[in-house]
Amino acid sequence: MQGSEETTEGKRGDNRIRSPIIRARDLVKNYGNVRAVDTISFEVMPGEVFGFLGPNGAGKTTTMRMIQCVSPPTAGFLSVFGLDVKDHPAGIKRWLGVVPQETNLDPDFSCRENLLVYARYFDIPAREAQKRADELLAFMQLTEKADVPIDGLSGGMKRRLILARALINNPRLLILDEPTIGLDPQARHMMWEKLKALQAMGNTIILTTHYLEEAERLCDRLVIMDAGRVLVEGRPADLVRRYTGDEIVESENSPQVLACLQEMGCRYEVHGDMVQAFSDQPRVLARRILETCNPGRVFVRRGTLEDVFLTLTGRELRE
Amino acid sequence: MRRFFPMPTRLAWKVWQRNRDVFFKTYLVNFLPPFVEPVLYLLALGYGLGLFVGEIDGVPYVSFIAPALLAISMMNSSFFECTYSSFVRMYYQKAYDAMVATPLSIEDVIAGELLWGATRSLIYTTAMLVVLIAFGVVALPSSLLVIPFSFLAGLLFSGIAMCFTAISPSIDTLNYPAFLFITPMFLFSGTFFPLSVLPGPIQVFAMAVLPLAQVVTVSRSFTLASVSLPLFLYSIAWIAVVCTVLFFVSIYLMRRRLVV
Repeated sequence: MQGSEETTEGKRGDNRIRSPIIRARDLVKNYGNVRAVDTISFEVMPGEVFGFLGPNGAGKTTTMRMIQCVSPPTAGFLSVFGLDVKDHPAGIKRWLGVVPQETNLDPDFSCRENLLVYARYFDIPAREAQKRADELLAFMQLTEKADVPIDGLSGGMKRRLILARALINNPRLLILDEPTIGLDPQARHMMWEKLKALQAMGNTIILTTHYLEEAERLCDRLVIMDAGRVLVEGRPADLVRRYTGDEIVESENSPQVLACLQEMGCRYEVHGDMVQAFSDQPRVLARRILETCNPGRVFVRRGTLEDVFLTLTGRELRE
Repeated sequence: MRRFFPMPTRLAWKVWQRNRDVFFKTYLVNFLPPFVEPVLYLLALGYGLGLFVGEIDGVPYVSFIAPALLAISMMNSSFFECTYSSFVRMYYQKAYDAMVATPLSIEDVIAGELLWGATRSLIYTTAMLVVLIAFGVVALPSSLLVIPFSFLAGLLFSGIAMCFTAISPSIDTLNYPAFLFITPMFLFSGTFFPLSVLPGPIQVFAMAVLPLAQVVTVSRSFTLASVSLPLFLYSIAWIAVVCTVLFFVSIYLMRRRLVV
């Protein structure tokens, strides 16, 4: 928890004395004989954007579903807003906003009707629901589509409407499962813009994503999961620094270059026709490779979360 | 206690309201069947076939089948709502997932679906009753009791339907109960000919296990304004008990399917 304070101190103040929004301790979920989530622990503080990353089957969505109180944990402890998910599902769900991975808007209704019907599930009075629906449609730039049936929306509009729907009850915690899945770059940037705005308003958000750039942009803190376990937790920039260094040297994969790297005794990884080398002084290393190893090409680039992700979870295909 | 026993709350009505809103958005299409269907059956079977049949148990054939048409409408309107329509909402539209992400529990959602199935039965049966009254083939005022009864009968068939929906792996396998259970029942529940012409064991079987046979018995008592009290009470009790049990069993089965 110490790490996040530096970034959240200024805008949100005294996190230290506030209790976590989510607290998970040794959380386990089995489906039959399969262990989907294997003894994970984490805490999410108020105002934080917290990410769950990992390859398919890592247990991200299962964790989301347990937090949403729709999938009971097999073992361990999980509380949201200080309430145990086993005992207070309705009390917790009252204050959640959920954007599911699959688009599950109601095709029998228009955009506005979708929001109004959803508001009714939260017992929001009709007049207030009307007001909120119009505000949210405007915020999501969907006012013109208010009376259009769901079938008439683009993929990006559908995702934005789902986000609007998740906000109808003024949630204290937003749960986003792959919020930009299947969107084109324009629609994705639009979604990020909206999420950034929500973040700036001080909302607590947890999200899963396969897009590491998305995680890097949005998350204050994140965990990388694989096979049901948390491999690492931290701030994106810290993780990049810890696992790849700030910069990575990439060069052509030739026997000469490999022999050269071995001789220099530096850590490297081979990926297809390319080799990545890690060093405290990447520019010095690059110069040496260029001068002594006769590479076709060599360059230095910034390390990314994607590098950390692949380093930790491997390059094996998950299907 | 709620963790073990499926106990819906008043929030079930939110789901009912959602289905009602959709129904009345397309009411023109929805109100076509209950007005057209009885007219066709009355003309073809009641007046056409009835010409050859004459009377059954001292009752004109058209008056004999009129309560059966009501009973069949109660069955079809609720059964098909809580099988195919519910399956589409659950599986294809992911509507239940969207609903349980709110304060609604899965128990509330399923209870709302069942109550809506019963309401559909009430709406369709009432519309059909208007047509039958216009044709003068049902007794008044006793026939008006069919209206509240259609809600109970609808709840019964909704519960049966939801049990099948809960265990059906795909929408295609819902054809099994539709063709192997509903269609035979439609023909062999004292609907178009009295049960008494069937062999003894089949009569006993029908009155022991076929829900539609009970519903026809009760409806016929209302529309003919003549009651065989022991049989009437037996059928009402049968419906009430089975309806209550299946209401909870279907919710339990759905929870087992959806909460993993």
